[in-house]
Amino acid sequence: MIRRSNKPVFWSLFGAGGMVSALIGPMLVFVTGIAVPLGFLLPHDALRYERMLALAHNPAGKLALAVVISLFLFHGCHRFYHCLHDFGIHVTAGMKAACHGFAAAGTALAVYLLLVIGF
Amino acid sequence: MPAPNLLNRYTRPMEGWWRRNPFYLWYMLREASCVFIIAYALVLLCGLYRLSQGEAAFNGWLAALATPRSIAFHGITAMMVLYHAWTWFKVMPKTLPFIHIGGKRMPDAAIVTSGLAAAVVLSALLFVLVWSGRS
Repeated sequence: MIRRSNKPVFWSLFGAGGMVSALIGPMLVFVTGIAVPLGFLLPHDALRYERMLALAHNPAGKLALAVVISLFLFHGCHRFYHCLHDFGIHVTAGMKAACHGFAAAGTALAVYLLLVIGF
Repeated sequence: MPAPNLLNRYTRPMEGWWRRNPFYLWYMLREASCVFIIAYALVLLCGLYRLSQGEAAFNGWLAALATPRSIAFHGITAMMVLYHAWTWFKVMPKTLPFIHIGGKRMPDAAIVTSGLAAAVVLSALLFVLVWSGRS
């Protein structure tokens, strides 16, 4: 049996995460991290509890939250893994498993929390 | 005579290579964006965890977002993600398969412009979506 490389999977997740973060990343960080906390351009209550709970209850909202968290993690961790080489670190299979495992664990936690929150 | 495995243990020193040339400095800045994207995903994951714990917990997360340290972190993160986005669209003519429209290859500049335009439109939509929910 031919052993197939797992590289396309991780490069695809890297690409998908890179695309999502390039398209909406800067605005998302601005909204949740700057505008709403400061009440600058957006009101303080734009991210209020009932509204975020409604987002997490909604199937489309669940999907959006899971996609953003998971793809950002897979994108970032894959780039981090390849960056180790630039610092003269000889990467091992264990380091690869740790980087991608971290993203996978974050994804699993996000999915678990979205299920616990309910529909 | 040294053991053979000692001979091939030599690695060329590469300390500070990326600080010697501005091109590599920008490259490293782009690569560093990954740390901020990971950290931001963890901030959102933490918010989701607090959301699952109830209103008081979630309000605690919101209060933490309003601290000066958090605002500073998100300011730097926003700039790093913006730089990542810029580089992402700039290399898109090289990372996408060739796109043919009417038998002609889509020019590089058109690919970059469409990517940037899509980002502007989607970001504006996201902003309006958040803004429309004010009470």
